[in-house]
Amino acid sequence: MDDDRVFKALADPTRRHLLDRLFERDGRTLTELESDLEMTRFGVMKHLRVLEDAGLVVSRRNGREKLHFLNPVPIRLIHDRWIDKYTERRVSALADLKTELEETA
Amino acid sequence: MSTMTAQTTQVYSIFIRATPEQVWDAITKPEFTQKYFHGSVIESDYAPGSPYRGFAADGSVQYVDGEVLEADPPRLLRTTWRAVWSPDLAEEPFSRVSWEIEPTGEGVTRLTVVHDDLERAPKTAESVASPDGWSFVVSGLKSVLETGEGLG
Repeated sequence: MDDDRVFKALADPTRRHLLDRLFERDGRTLTELESDLEMTRFGVMKHLRVLEDAGLVVSRRNGREKLHFLNPVPIRLIHDRWIDKYTERRVSALADLKTELEETA
Repeated sequence: MSTMTAQTTQVYSIFIRATPEQVWDAITKPEFTQKYFHGSVIESDYAPGSPYRGFAADGSVQYVDGEVLEADPPRLLRTTWRAVWSPDLAEEPFSRVSWEIEPTGEGVTRLTVVHDDLERAPKTAESVASPDGWSFVVSGLKSVLETGEGLG
């Protein structure tokens, strides 16, 4: 709903890292998520808050635990609005070329 | 998600400029569902224990099979779920889908679809996590309510 919040949330490497962790395995606690980050618990909480405000992460209670889930829908909406429109065959051919060159390098 | 094992609890959440009652209608009324749910017409009387089924618009093919577990309009609909649109998915056991509807003020409602109990239905988990899965369905539902049109 709010593209600005999504773009801002994505414009940070720690937050993108948190999304990647949730993509690997969803439904994690704060303790699990902070385990491989050189950052205070409070710092990780702040980043999760930004992701939640953007709708990219949804937290749900499960008994005494708070679990964090990746919500792919805002990225889907950004994709439909901002990426699909500009991604023509020429662009994807260039992306393929880049991948190929980098793999063989 | 092709290289990953799909998650056994999946959460899809979206903000929609509509009232909770309008979102409930979009989830439960066949004239709405066929605009965003891959053309399927959902049939149920939404009483606990009743069938919850989705068919092609002409009724010729069944896509979804399930049973209503809980219906609390306009806040919650929970059903069992079996994808029967392809034979290998139809062989898997029932999983569970919850539609949670919360008003957030300013005429905006948050819809959260939780698909869980997928531990024994890995092919279904992968299918609903694909680009044609729940992301497509909830984005389409939003589009139908906000613009009157589904996605292409």
